[in-house]
Amino acid sequence: MDAETHELIAAYALDALDEDERARAKEVLATSEEAREELRSLTEVAATMATAAVGPAPRPALRDRILDAARAEPQNVVSLDERRHSRLAPALAVVAAVAACAAVALGIWGASVSSERDEARSALARERAAAAVLAHPSSEASLTGASGRLVVGENGDAVLVASNVPDAPAGKTYQVWVIDGGRPVSGGLFSPRSGAVAVPVDGRVRDGSVVAVTIEDEGGASAPTGEPVIASSPVTLS
Amino acid sequence: MRQDGLALPRHTHLSDEALVALVARGDETALGALYDRVGRVAYGIAYRILRDERLAEDAVQEGFLAVWRAAAAFRPERAKASTWIVTLVHRRAVDIVRREERRRAEPLDVAERPDAPDPAGSAEDAAWLGFERDRIHAALRSLPDAQREALELAYYGGYSQTEVAERLGVPLGTIKSRMFAGLARLREVLDEAGSEGSWTPRLTS
Repeated sequence: MDAETHELIAAYALDALDEDERARAKEVLATSEEAREELRSLTEVAATMATAAVGPAPRPALRDRILDAARAEPQNVVSLDERRHSRLAPALAVVAAVAACAAVALGIWGASVSSERDEARSALARERAAAAVLAHPSSEASLTGASGRLVVGENGDAVLVASNVPDAPAGKTYQVWVIDGGRPVSGGLFSPRSGAVAVPVDGRVRDGSVVAVTIEDEGGASAPTGEPVIASSPVTLS
Repeated sequence: MRQDGLALPRHTHLSDEALVALVARGDETALGALYDRVGRVAYGIAYRILRDERLAEDAVQEGFLAVWRAAAAFRPERAKASTWIVTLVHRRAVDIVRREERRRAEPLDVAERPDAPDPAGSAEDAAWLGFERDRIHAALRSLPDAQREALELAYYGGYSQTEVAERLGVPLGTIKSRMFAGLARLREVLDEAGSEGSWTPRLTS
């Protein structure tokens, strides 16, 4: 690594980069194992500085507040790495051209999310379900915002297949939402690989559901914070 | 902390990384146990950056909810779980401070800040934290002033490298090299301090 790369990684470890610089750091990190190892090491060093930041103790109520918020939130996220390594993705990188489609009415953002937590489903189970959907699709919905389609199985399992999806900005992730009656519920996070995605959507879609994608902070959000970058036409389930 | 009497016996023997794996399976008590272990430090850094209880609590909550959501994506070979959590909270705090333009974190000399009482922490936690703080303060103090200043403005102030350069009236390239040199030097010093303080047997003579 040259000095410039060392400096970029160090600033990244300190969270001292602006958006553009973060994107550049991520490019470097994506292609260099050495850079990733340096980041791992320097991040440990930076985090020790947190230990030295003496201040008041948090109020005891913060613990309950965090656990209450966690309970109230569907925890339905699958490992980005599992998805990145999905065997499905390459085969599905080539996807059907999407019908030009008018903007989809997406209802009101920010409605409360489901208080029921989905059963955690393993990545493997999800991939199997996704493979089953793709093998026996029941219907498809077109997409705006990306080339591709939403493939839906009989039981409402859905897979978002798209190409030409740019990498999310540094520090951001794509988050899928299943929207019924204007109420968005998280359908998981994803990162495109070489612009292509085949994302099993968490939860089930119903007749009339719209699946949309927003860009959120790393780790995801409990409700969409911006306009969708990809949206499906309403799902038709027979 | 650790007031959750039920969680304690179940989780005390587990590593932070094992707790994250439980969190990935939807185990809330594991999230609580992680908070008990890392929450104090996470809040400390959030408060240091934001200088506001409410905003610091928001940053910690957002960080732990990110842990809750993304636990399945955690890769122990890339970072210690505690580092991962602290990094998530730090990122949230930096995002908030940049958004709020709350730029209160002056480059205080960390060593001069008095320890605040921590009525909730156990004696062991307090002793460990105290030991770690002394070690890291000493390491920071051993850096050249210019390097320490750049690190502190970035990590404790939430300033980007460009802002640090503007603030100090120093070329950006200089700040970049100071930050890297400072972090690398800190790594060396902490490694040395760690080995001196360890029980690793040494040959004398």
